[in-house]
Amino acid sequence: MWTYIKMLEYPIKVKSTNAKLATAIISQLGGPDGEKGASTRYLSQRYNMNNGKIIGALTDIGTEELGHEEMVATLVTLLTKNLSIKEIEESGFYQYYVDHTVGIWPQASSGMPFSTATLQSTGDPLADLHEDLAAEQKARLTYDNILRLCKDEPDVYDAIKFLREREIVHYQRFGECLRIMQDELDSKNFYAFNPTFDKKAPCL
Amino acid sequence: MENMCKEDLKALIQSTNFALIDLSLYLDTHPKCSYALETFYDNRKTLMKALHIYEKRFGCLTIYGHQEKDIWDWKDEPWPWQKECDC
Repeated sequence: MWTYIKMLEYPIKVKSTNAKLATAIISQLGGPDGEKGASTRYLSQRYNMNNGKIIGALTDIGTEELGHEEMVATLVTLLTKNLSIKEIEESGFYQYYVDHTVGIWPQASSGMPFSTATLQSTGDPLADLHEDLAAEQKARLTYDNILRLCKDEPDVYDAIKFLREREIVHYQRFGECLRIMQDELDSKNFYAFNPTFDKKAPCL
Repeated sequence: MENMCKEDLKALIQSTNFALIDLSLYLDTHPKCSYALETFYDNRKTLMKALHIYEKRFGCLTIYGHQEKDIWDWKDEPWPWQKECDC
């Protein structure tokens, strides 16, 4: 089970509002490669993983992603604090505002609602780990895209840079997980069958 | 508590932990209730002691636990869905 710690994983010191930037950053909460998808993916995949070390990594990375959801939501909240109607109209934030005011709702920057259709838990440990490596790269590049949009906002830039770096660390850990799993499987079989479902490769 | 078996110690941790969860919910909306506060502190004391003993003997339950071995034992105990008993 889980407990909550009443602090952010990394400090966020955003002082000024920027509604336009908020519409970009909300994608890392509920977008196709956002943090809510990441935590859902890893915490769901744990149950079919057949290796204690990898279950540990999925648990701890999935838990950290929950903390990243809180960081992204905090950024959006601070960037939309005390907005005037004029700022809302001029920034392009008005489409979000009309349904959610300045509340937090997980969606992509495009307005597409959060969906588990953008993630997988396949029931096959090897396929899942490849999915996880790809997911970390996609999240990293999304943060790169956001960084290009917030060069003039050093406080936002700093927090996004931290989140981007965590994607790289997670990618490294998942790479090790994949190697550990392959090392512990029969090397003739490890691309041929599902190690948690098939008793042995049917083709052998 | 020091002489309890693993199963009994886990059951004590689970029941006092649940008491803290339920009491904290109650205290969220009744922050001045001295009876609830007192019960919360009593249970927390029991839980902290039980956690200390359990984690030293059987491995860590959280990353903030009392484990002091020379190897990271996170992977060793079964995960909750890999049941060996009702824990």
